[in-house]
Parts: sequence; structure tokens; C-alpha cells
Amino acid sequence: MYKLLRNPGHMELAMFAGIDPQSEGLARAKRLGIPTSYEGITAILDNPDIRIVFDATSAKAHVRHAKMLREAGKIAIDLTPAARGPYVVPPVNLGAHLDKDNVNLITCGGQATIPLVYAVRRVVPVQYAEIVSTVASRSAGPGTRQNIDEFTFTTAHGLEAIGGAERGKAIIILNPAEPPIIMRNTVYVIPAIEEYDEAAIVASVDQMVAEVQQYVPGYRLKDAPVFDRRRTPWGERTVMAMLLEVEGAGDFLPPYAGNLDIMTAAAWRVGELFAQHLLGIRQEVAA
Amino acid sequence: MRTLKPPRVTDTTLRDGSHAMRHQFTREQVRAIVSALDEAGVPVIEVTHGDGLGGSSIQYGFSGTSELELIEEAAKAAKRAKIAALLLPGIGTRKELAAAIERGITVVRIATQCTEADISEQHFGMAKDMGLETVGFLMMAHMRPPEFLAEQAALMESYGADCVYIVDSAGAMLPDDVRRRVAALKERLSIQVGFHAHNNLGLAIGNTLAAIEEGADQVDGCLRGLGAGAGNAPTELIAAVLDKMGLNPGLDVFKLMDAAEYIVAPIMPYQPIPDRDAITIGYAGVYSTFLLHARHIAAEFGLDPREILVELGRRQAVAGQEDWILDVALDIVRAKRAAGGVGDAREPAAIERPAD
Repeated sequence: MYKLLRNPGHMELAMFAGIDPQSEGLARAKRLGIPTSYEGITAILDNPDIRIVFDATSAKAHVRHAKMLREAGKIAIDLTPAARGPYVVPPVNLGAHLDKDNVNLITCGGQATIPLVYAVRRVVPVQYAEIVSTVASRSAGPGTRQNIDEFTFTTAHGLEAIGGAERGKAIIILNPAEPPIIMRNTVYVIPAIEEYDEAAIVASVDQMVAEVQQYVPGYRLKDAPVFDRRRTPWGERTVMAMLLEVEGAGDFLPPYAGNLDIMTAAAWRVGELFAQHLLGIRQEVAA
Repeated sequence: MRTLKPPRVTDTTLRDGSHAMRHQFTREQVRAIVSALDEAGVPVIEVTHGDGLGGSSIQYGFSGTSELELIEEAAKAAKRAKIAALLLPGIGTRKELAAAIERGITVVRIATQCTEADISEQHFGMAKDMGLETVGFLMMAHMRPPEFLAEQAALMESYGADCVYIVDSAGAMLPDDVRRRVAALKERLSIQVGFHAHNNLGLAIGNTLAAIEEGADQVDGCLRGLGAGAGNAPTELIAAVLDKMGLNPGLDVFKLMDAAEYIVAPIMPYQPIPDRDAITIGYAGVYSTFLLHARHIAAEFGLDPREILVELGRRQAVAGQEDWILDVALDIVRAKRAAGGVGDAREPAAIERPAD
């Protein structure tokens, strides 16, 4: 919501809907002069001007919403793990899905790390990609906590399906330090071949970081990628390690919650490109 | 003074010891160790990658032999003992748990950072549905006070834990720290309470006794102390001490000594002891498994491992954050260069590891 208010792009925030009349979010939206509804999706379905819907409810609710939104001819951008539509990571594959009516944003860890795996993959085939997302305990809500397995399953699947790794593995760690830590991700990649141009990989990664920074300014590698020989199930191999930090824009959520920010920033980006597509504006995006 | 009762002893040589073995236990070693422990009357034997089910990874080290094969081997070798596995939500999932159940575990120990018990609900739920005995592990328990830990333990109890452990993952506790934490859980919970020690400050046996004196129902040991950091309380030593106290829960002390001496000692890559770096881990209060990773990276960048370990403690690194070791090392090198202190620090480009 705050990202849309700060920078509407080719969108206009037409409604903020929830189901709890007492919700703080609804009250806040109302104070900001945004039309609100506590009747959930009904009010959205009844409004023909609404073309794009960001669904940040729950996987269970989205399964129901997906069908209703499709029948109403609206585009759904799914921030839940429901995944009724294809996974999208804006700088990797969004261009291929602008004709779809439902796209899914995977997980925060996926949005942060898949671009880097793909950046390696476009230079060399990737045997294995493993990511470790460390987020501040305060930024992990009850939904994440009660469904932590879904984070690892979905992220690992995204590393394979969108990142292009033959095999993906995801680990999530909650760190309770005070003051809260900024979201950190370590991305390990084992290329499928031993002979390759390290400089070309590093250049591809740098380029990808710049692309993500267009919509997540606080997205940065802490160091140049580190190449290291390790014992692996495929023999002794070179492992590439990338240390990534994601600082939130602080639009509404605190800056340490980069995990939440990258989801909303990616959602904004996806919404904006859909809006441009609907308006017939030509764009250059990754296909 | 209250009447003490003999605690149940779980041996975790084949899980915590996996760290010191760099996760290279073989089927033959598992068979020999499980048979010996079973023969000596140890009732529960934990067999898993050091970082729990699904721990085989770049982050923690790949297993030489799949943990599921090792669990299967252990289940075959055990005549009386129950086979347990460790699971850290966020690393392992219900998928790996289901596979481990299929291979023969009947106990699962579900471990979270001591502040994050609420990520374990779905795993306890599944384990209880599958008829397993369940144990909760509150890791790095030195980082929070007793009352806080009791709240977290109560969450695990509400999810279906049969026992909750105070886990001194950093080997940072003094006996009084152990007493107050075990007492708080005993007071709060209606289920059993356990304690898992590390020997980084040389207190593994003393702390285990302190826990038993506060009424701990379960304690952990490893043959020859084979475990992360300076290792754990040696199982054979726990048995000998309990026997002298008149609290032997049915362990054959001499058979355990033989298992330690003739089966485990010959295969150990080194004897874990509170040496310089292990003491630092206990002193700084960081995860014991950081030991080998920090040594390798320190050697590569020309740093003292203590600099890295102390900084990890300052940053409040928690269980499983091995990736922060490289991060901290790079930060230290950068800071030293900026200060003109270390012109000769190597480029952070290639880390050579010993061919271990």
C-alpha cells in the first residue's frame, strides 16, 4: 500500500480490502483517504475499474480468490504460497508471463536469491544451488512460523524452476538479535562444469544486482563472490558463495525487514509491468 | 535434599559427533557403535547429520553416507535401544522426518533457537500423529533467562513434546546457570526435562550433574565426548559418575569404557578438548559447531580464529549461522586493511581447504 502511494507508476490504488473491521491496516488506509472495505474480496469483484489485485491473505484464501478473480477478469498478483499461477521473479522471467491472469511471488528468500542463481545460470549450467536466508525474528509473522516447511519447499523449488539449478536447497534461520538484523542471504552455487570464465559470472551477477536495485534499492552484495574448493556429493568442486544483504526501503516496515520489503517491492514491480502491458506501453523486461 | 532418581541417558555420538567427524560416519562405524551402546544398556541412540535431518549441505558440510542409510543401519543393529533423529525446523522438514520414520526412528528431537519454539508446531504435530516419542531442544539456552526459557518450553509442551531440553549449544553455562534453567522448566512443565552439555569451559560433566541434582529426567552424552566444539559429556564418564552416586540407570560402565576406548577413539580425527578456540566458543557464547569452520577460514585469511568467534558472539549469531563466519572474516580483513593494519591479508578470492 505504502509503495503504491509513494510511487503509483501506471497504477492507481483503488481499494484496500480486509475482513476485520477492527484491523489497524484498514484504519490506516482510511485515514490516508483510500477507499476501504472490510467485506474481503466481494467489494473488489464488484468494482469493474479494478484490473490488478495484490493478494496478501493466505494460501488457503488465495485458492478461492484465484478462481473468483479469474472469472471477474482481473489479474491476481499472489503474495501467498498458494501458487495457482506461475512463479515470477521480475528481472528473470516476468516478461514471459504478462499474458497470464495469475502470478505467484514464491517467497521472500526466493525473490532475494533466485536472481543471483539465474545470473550464474545464464553463464554456466548450475548443478546445485543452496541458499540460507537469515531474517530478524521480529520480521517473521505467525504465518511464516507456523508454515516454515513451506518456505523451504517453495524456495527450493523456485531455485530449480526459475533459477535454473538442477537441484535446489533452502534453509531459513530466524535471528532474535536486538537491535534486529537486516535480512541476510547466503547463496551458494556449484556450476555443473569445472571450466568456466569466473569474470563472466561475476559480471553477470553484478548486472543482476543492479537490475534488482531498480526496485529494491537496499539490495546489495556485501563482497565480491568467493570461489572455494569443497568436498561435495559430486567430488571436490568449486563452490561459489555470495553474501547478500537486503535492507528495506523503510516505507512503512522497519528497514531491517528486507524480507518483507523485497516481497512488496517485487509485487509493485510486477503490478507496474502488468499495468504498462494493459496500457499498451512497450517495455523491455526479461523473458 | 530431594531424592534423586537415575536419569535416562541418550547417546548422541552418532549425531553431535558427526560434526567432529565432518559428517563422514560410515555404515560400518554406525553398526559397531550402535551395537556396543545397545549392549551396554543405553536406551536411546541418536543418529543424524550433525545439523539434523536434511543438514547435508554446503552450509554445514555434506554427509559422506546419507543419514537415512545410517539410520537404517542403526535400527537394524539395535536390539533394545530406540533410535532417535534430530530435526531443526528451517533446515529439515516433515519430508525428511517421514523418511527417517520409514527407516526406523521412534524418537525425534526437534530443536529450535531458544527464542523460536513456535516454528516447531507442525513438526511436533506430525511426530505425534506418527506415534513417535518427541523431545524439544531449546538451543543456545545461555542466551535467555530461565523464565523466558520456561515460556518457550511450555509452547513445545503444548505442541506435544514429551520432554524439553535445556541445550547448552555454546558450552557457555556455569553450573548455577544450568541449575536455574532446569529448575525453571521443572517448575513450569508437567513433562520431562533434559539437559545437553558441551565441554568448551571444561564443565560438561559438572553441568550434567548440576542438571541431575535439579531433577533433570534426561541427559545426553557422547562416547569419548566426541561432539562439536570441545565435545560433550562423555557417556562412559556419565555412567561411571552416576554409578558412584548410586544413580546408575542400568548402564554397563565397563562396556561403555570399552566402546569409547576401542571403537570410537580409533576412528576419531582428533580428541575434542577445551583448547584455545573451544574455550573461546564457550567464553564468547557461540555455537560449538563453528569451531572447525572458523579455524579453516581464519587460517585462509591469516586471522586468529578467536577474533572471528568473539565477533560472532558480539553479533548474537545463533544456531546454524555458519555462513556468518565467512562474512565476519571478510569484514575483519576489510577493517584491518582500511586501518592499514594488515597489508598482507590475502585476497578474499579463494579459500583452500585441507584435503580432509
